[in-house]
Amino acid sequence: MRLLSVIAKRFSRNRLSVIGAATVLCLITISLLAPFIAPYDPTTIDVHNVLSPPDKAHLLGTDELGRDVLSRMIWGSRVSLKVGFVAVGIAILIGIIIGALAGFYGGKVDAVLMRFVDIMLAFPAFFLILAVIAILEPSIFTIMMVIGITGWMDVARLVRAEFLTLKERDFVTAARALGANDLRLIFRHMLPNALSPVFVAATFGVAGAILTESGLSFLGLGVQPPNPSWGNILTAGKDNIEVAWWLSVYPGLAILITVLSYNLIGEGLRDALDPRLWDMEI
Amino acid sequence: MIPLIFGITVITFIVIHLAPGGPVEVQTEMSLKTSAQARENLKKLYGLDKPLHVQYFEWITRFAKLDFGKSFVDGRKVTDKILERIPVTLTINVLSLLLILIIAVPVGVLSATRQYSLFDKVSTVFVFIGFSTPTFWLALLLMILFGVNLGLLPISGIQSIDVSEMGRFERLADWIKHLILPVGLSAFGGIAGLSRYSRSSMLEVIRQDYIRTARAKGLKESEVVFRHALRNALMPIVTILGLSVPGLIGGGVIFETIFAIPGMGQLFYSSTMSRDYPTIMGILVIGAILTLVGNLIADISYALVDPRIRVKKV
Repeated sequence: MRLLSVIAKRFSRNRLSVIGAATVLCLITISLLAPFIAPYDPTTIDVHNVLSPPDKAHLLGTDELGRDVLSRMIWGSRVSLKVGFVAVGIAILIGIIIGALAGFYGGKVDAVLMRFVDIMLAFPAFFLILAVIAILEPSIFTIMMVIGITGWMDVARLVRAEFLTLKERDFVTAARALGANDLRLIFRHMLPNALSPVFVAATFGVAGAILTESGLSFLGLGVQPPNPSWGNILTAGKDNIEVAWWLSVYPGLAILITVLSYNLIGEGLRDALDPRLWDMEI
Repeated sequence: MIPLIFGITVITFIVIHLAPGGPVEVQTEMSLKTSAQARENLKKLYGLDKPLHVQYFEWITRFAKLDFGKSFVDGRKVTDKILERIPVTLTINVLSLLLILIIAVPVGVLSATRQYSLFDKVSTVFVFIGFSTPTFWLALLLMILFGVNLGLLPISGIQSIDVSEMGRFERLADWIKHLILPVGLSAFGGIAGLSRYSRSSMLEVIRQDYIRTARAKGLKESEVVFRHALRNALMPIVTILGLSVPGLIGGGVIFETIFAIPGMGQLFYSSTMSRDYPTIMGILVIGAILTLVGNLIADISYALVDPRIRVKKV
């Protein structure tokens, strides 16, 4: 508990990271309250109000079907939140299992698993994601799965590296001497000590997953209309690039702010969790 | 490297066979009336009636001869379709790698040597924003600004329609104009990333004892930075550069689609949309191999930068 409060204190010393955390909290609130705060229904078509520029009735304008952009963006925040957390959750789960096995058992197991990591890293990730999505049906669930399945390699490498050093520590030997089996050693004794770089990687991972999702939705391979996502509003922005700047500007700004916030949190977490940086500034 | 290529082909093969019903279902689902006979013929054509390992073996044998079969869409050989796309993609990637190097390394070095200066702070802010910007969105904004509002730059393709009437220099100028936005944008994320890495790598080197020694023996500051520090700081930078190749190639999908550039990324996107499996497989494998080649080049440049590796003859 004392450690936690020390980490919190050091995290809060970084003003930008605190701002990032506050922004993310705001976003979570907005997406939870979406049905109550969105001024219009995000899918209601209004043919009399097609592509109308931002004004008092529609603060951020309307799209090519007359739907309110602000409401679509508010509902769209749910998508990025979901994709960010679920995709990274999957990636961390796979990464921890593979990294822990490789680091704990070493030798042949390690060689084979790390080779597998190398192979996965050789694919341009976006190609692999696209190929799988092309084969399965594009939807938010496919995206979360695919981003998770193609994004675990860094976590695996981090966990493996931690395990390689933890394996030699006395407390692990002690636990083994007390008769703890492999599973207990891995999950109960070693994993909790290997988690801090994973948390940092996860925060940056959420940022990356949100960027990937918006790119996929932009290409029409992600969240399918009429369901709103920041990426697919931008598709409409591209199609109407010469007449409706507001369709391009605002959703992108939302993505930028969200991703920036997660990156700032990640940076703050890294400094707060890394004992080597105790006397250094960011 | 050979086991890696083997692994890459296996994964590609598995990915494609995730498809429920396989490629034949997809090709025949357009017209429901396709007879059972036609279906069987298609299956035979692609060897889908054989067991999986036989299929893989046949595919890999053809792959070794760089024969990925024929496209479902237009019946052309996949190899030809990919080969004609590679020059454009390679040009853009090489240019943006150069741009990344030219901008990011000096920026990183400068912010490291003047840590906490105004320049360092400004470039740090830029790096964070650069990391977080969806580049396809930036592309849209720049298209609106330079293409629509100012009318300065073309927003699609790699040459103007009337290119055949131009002289050699005009043609070059036209080509450059078309490439400014795509190259600049595909370098954008890399610049942010690499300048951050250069900075921290340089910061680490500057703290070393041999730098203090170099200063102590009275060398000029520029000599210390460029001769003693930079060379050592460059090594991690080379690795990162090698690792950024798959990102660049993959990012091509979005840029080439936005700017209508006939490269590998755009081909990949259109084959994804039409579920053209032979082409998808071909590009996946070739993309992965290009990545390996990028890493190999990075390893070789290691030897150029670091004499210690040369001595060890790795």
